[in-house]
Amino acid sequence: MTLRDRLTRAGSLDGLFLSDRTARRSLPALIASQTRTDLTERLAGRAVLVATGGQMNAALAMLALDGLVGRMVLAPPGLTGEEAAQILATAEIDLCVTDAACPFRVALNGLPCVEATEAALAAPLPAPRPTEWVLATSGTTGAPKLVVHTLEGLAGGINVAATPEPGTVWSTFYDIRRYGGLQVFLRAILGPTPLVLSEADEPVRDYLVRVAEAGVTHILGTPSHWRLALMSTALDRLAPRYARLSGEIADQAILDQMRAAFPEARIAHAYASTEGGVGFTVEDGREGFPAGFVGARTGIEIVVREGTLQIRSQRTGRRYLGADAAALTDADGFVDSGDLVELRGARYHFLGRRSGIINVGGAKVQPEEVESILNSHPRVSMSRVRPRPNPILGAVVEAEIVLREDGGAPDDPAGLKQAIIAHCRPHLAKHKVPVSVKFVPALPISAGGKLLRGVS
Amino acid sequence: MSVRSTLVSEIEAITRDHDKAMPPLTDDLVLLDTPFDSLCFALLVARMEDLVGVDPFSTLEVADLPVTLGDLVALYERAAVAAAA
Repeated sequence: MTLRDRLTRAGSLDGLFLSDRTARRSLPALIASQTRTDLTERLAGRAVLVATGGQMNAALAMLALDGLVGRMVLAPPGLTGEEAAQILATAEIDLCVTDAACPFRVALNGLPCVEATEAALAAPLPAPRPTEWVLATSGTTGAPKLVVHTLEGLAGGINVAATPEPGTVWSTFYDIRRYGGLQVFLRAILGPTPLVLSEADEPVRDYLVRVAEAGVTHILGTPSHWRLALMSTALDRLAPRYARLSGEIADQAILDQMRAAFPEARIAHAYASTEGGVGFTVEDGREGFPAGFVGARTGIEIVVREGTLQIRSQRTGRRYLGADAAALTDADGFVDSGDLVELRGARYHFLGRRSGIINVGGAKVQPEEVESILNSHPRVSMSRVRPRPNPILGAVVEAEIVLREDGGAPDDPAGLKQAIIAHCRPHLAKHKVPVSVKFVPALPISAGGKLLRGVS
Repeated sequence: MSVRSTLVSEIEAITRDHDKAMPPLTDDLVLLDTPFDSLCFALLVARMEDLVGVDPFSTLEVADLPVTLGDLVALYERAAVAAAA
């Protein structure tokens, strides 16, 4: 069943809308405008990259393309032109749905493009076909990893049989082109309920005012989004019935602050990832999760192996795209989340990532990607990138650098640090650029010649 | 440099690096209502920790969260005094 089918079978769509900073689109009107069969012909069965500047056009594209195209890859916010080119090749994209605000439009040159507002008008196929949904996540080499999902798998954690509470309006701080935000988009469409979209450069206050005016009752953000919202003068306008945190470890401090700010709300922190899908939701207001969540339950099995969470369910990704891509699951169908946990009493606590991957406010940074850019600076011999704890975003990126000996000691260490950071800016998304640089005499290397992480 | 001037010059440096157009940095300016986003804020807190040696955010209650630039300056000034004591 397609998104459109689910929406149109829900009965009356009266009053349903999708809104963003500049527009409010009526969902029934959007559905009614999907009549252009010439566009259906152009798009049917294609491998499409949805490469839009903002989320509204991506939402319109998703509504029209599901059940029509063969493969739909969602370009996440912050993608560079170089990464876009890698996605085009790996996903064998043969058409782009884009708009004028797409920041890497030049990388799409040579491929047929359809404007998102036009693609949104495509009539559905008489017999819809299952569309592969593909989400991008950060890979070690700098090339994004592409995770294939089905709509059924993506929606597997959503109780579609239940009617939403009357008056429910969803919103998400989180971009709907990433896994956590996409869950909210799907909740809204499958509910169905209205949905208020965020915008990348919008001040928190403006977003909160907008959300309050639209009567939002259910809202998702990362702990970092919520930390900022808690500092906003507009926070008291928000009175959610349900506030959800995902995308980062929710610690006790943020859960307590949320409880104090929204005494009436259900406050939930969810464990989910692009590869592993929705694992579980914790609603008891405490960090970590009950040990009883480990084991087999309806639709999902969670095990802890060597201190790492592993998940087997219909909600996990199906596979990685690419000819030489690694397997997404082991032989038994488990996805290794890479998330380290520790049992303390009757509760598991999250310890961070085994791979050294850094979570900057919900956006993942592979240390290797940043190191390869640092190492291309003429004065850098080698580097190690690691998380630096940060009270706003959970973590930011810090680099330790061994300078080349042939350059001698730097005359102006502070200036060289600034120059190395400036060298990273054109090559990396903003959250991946090191905040601080330390010069060190050496870095620990294993007997096998690999950089050791987690060793000082 | 005073805590205030350090804070202001770091905000200026960060907004320059990130191509953000900012209104004048007055004490009643609510930073989060400007293009100064969460990443900018995170950078500011990290740089202040490097320069002033304190991170007052790690131990804050909801009631103490700074809203205006003036609140932020006061928060850092208090933390710097406490750290020096």
